[in-house]
Amino acid sequence: MAQVNYFLTEEQQMIVDLARQIAVEKIIPVRAKLDENEEFPWDIMKDIAQADLFGLYVPEEYGGFEKGCFENCLALEQLAYGCIAVTTTFAASALGGYPILLFGSDEQKARYLPDIAAGKRLVAFGLTEANAGSDAAGIQTTAVEDGDLWVLNGTKQWITSGGEAEIYTIVAMTNKNKGARGATSFIVEKGDPGFSFGKKERKMGLNASSTRELILNGCRIPKDRILGRKGQGFIMAMRTLDIARPGIGAIAVGLGQAALDEAVKYARQRIQFGQPIIAFQALQHMLADMATKIEASRALVYSIARTIDEGTKDTAKISAMAKLFATDMAMQVTTDAVQILGGYGYMKSYPVEKMMRDAKILQIYEGTNQILRNVIGQALNKEYAKK
Amino acid sequence: MNIVVCIKQVPDAKTVRFDTEKGTLVREGVEAVINPFDFHALEAGFQLKDTYGGEVTVLSMGPPQAENALKEALSLGADKGILLSDRAFAGADTLATTYTLAKAIEKLGPVDLVLCGKQAIDGDTAQVGPGLAVRLGLPYVTCVNALSVLDDGKTMHLRRINEDGYDMLELEMPALLTVLASLNTPRLPSLKGKMRARKAEIPVWGAQELGAEPGMVGLAGSATQVVSTSVPTFEARREMLEGSAEEQVEALISRFKEAGIL
Repeated sequence: MAQVNYFLTEEQQMIVDLARQIAVEKIIPVRAKLDENEEFPWDIMKDIAQADLFGLYVPEEYGGFEKGCFENCLALEQLAYGCIAVTTTFAASALGGYPILLFGSDEQKARYLPDIAAGKRLVAFGLTEANAGSDAAGIQTTAVEDGDLWVLNGTKQWITSGGEAEIYTIVAMTNKNKGARGATSFIVEKGDPGFSFGKKERKMGLNASSTRELILNGCRIPKDRILGRKGQGFIMAMRTLDIARPGIGAIAVGLGQAALDEAVKYARQRIQFGQPIIAFQALQHMLADMATKIEASRALVYSIARTIDEGTKDTAKISAMAKLFATDMAMQVTTDAVQILGGYGYMKSYPVEKMMRDAKILQIYEGTNQILRNVIGQALNKEYAKK
Repeated sequence: MNIVVCIKQVPDAKTVRFDTEKGTLVREGVEAVINPFDFHALEAGFQLKDTYGGEVTVLSMGPPQAENALKEALSLGADKGILLSDRAFAGADTLATTYTLAKAIEKLGPVDLVLCGKQAIDGDTAQVGPGLAVRLGLPYVTCVNALSVLDDGKTMHLRRINEDGYDMLELEMPALLTVLASLNTPRLPSLKGKMRARKAEIPVWGAQELGAEPGMVGLAGSATQVVSTSVPTFEARREMLEGSAEEQVEALISRFKEAGIL
């Protein structure tokens, strides 16, 4: 049966094959145990590092492969086929690493990127706070200059890889009166004085990823840890998210594909009324819709990622579309997969219940799907005002 | 440390089928993979190289497509791969295979350690490792599942699994080992390795390059020949025993006696 041809280069196909091999050999055998024990997947992170995938987006001069958003999406999709909690840890390191790549000084890049590319140190992105989620301008963490140091105070919430990562890109207010324009980004390292970790969250799903508070209590860091200039923090965060969001779409595609595979496999072997349940049109139609939506999401994510890699400016709208459409798809497809497996689907002995629990976060993190609709809607308003 | 790892390309056990009429493996449409035990021999080589430096050279005797197995070994971290391929090598049994591999290793020059998987999953003879050691005049230990090198960089402490337990052995390099799957966990390929493997040229050595005597390789050099093969018939019966637990036990014992098991 013909499959859609996305015209991957030989190198891109290698990335797909390698990430798929990690998912099949290293992630799938342990994903249920990691989920059950809420265990951080250090062994798998080492496997991913050894396979060189942490360096995909990092320039060659810092030990990476200088690939784009698209190649990152290819890797994320295949890893997510195994487990999106594990993949989120991998993706979060890129989310934290992009600000250094995009806005760091040469000195900062040389200091951090080689270790990031080699997977020796994980990175975390610290934007969200208790009162600043979708409304990032409501950040209350502050940074003030004190001689040769910056002093940071505040608490970041729900930070992926908190406590496990060694490098943190943190957004703090340097001028509260300026609102979003008063935000600035900093690099904070594990072990910096006044930097500690709060409670580890217990979650509905995504249990193999660590989600923790970052506590900055008079945290003193050297002057040269500022990323870019004062007041650029909010713009940096938005630019970073614009690059990262198609990756979340790719994770959704991988998850949807995994759920479809389980559903079709089950429907072909489950006998009711003397025949496999896939023979029933009601189920065929569900599976057909699932497969079509997955393929549509994949095509959308790939084409948007490739557009971003062409150096296109102002990608907020299309990045939001890639994440929005694919993650809504993943929620629906995983829910339908549970439905197709029926009572078995609801049991922990089959993988689809975990997929459904995990899928929900995709509609929430890196911008809720409601906020993304705002982004797209506002962009439309602007575009049409010019016409 | 100069390490040579010998690998074999075998049909993928997941997809292989058997033609019961002809009594042969159906090779069409079956993927060829590196023999599973050989991944552990490669990993052992890579770990020793990681610690002691040196080179890992991978050899495989086989048809031209065995190049893929060597490229996969390169993507995992091997320094070079050499394909031993020649029409004259066809039909080789283990005797002719060990001759060919030995000629290639002699051509490579001094070697500290030769590693092989315990056996190939197609032929299942487990003879190539020991046979090769004898050809090369090297001491050897088979079925190794733990391995450490002492400070002198030459003496190895080995654990060899046998039917009753294990032996702890000391062996000085140069030597040959065949390894078990329990020795280590093979690594995944890396992207850098895959890119390097894609561009790598795999040299092909034939009978001429090896200076091999024609009567020693392939079918001509083989002491054994496959006269015929057949698929064993498997007759299984199922019988549900009924009654109380005592009755079932008695019935079971009488069945065992009938079958001559007890």
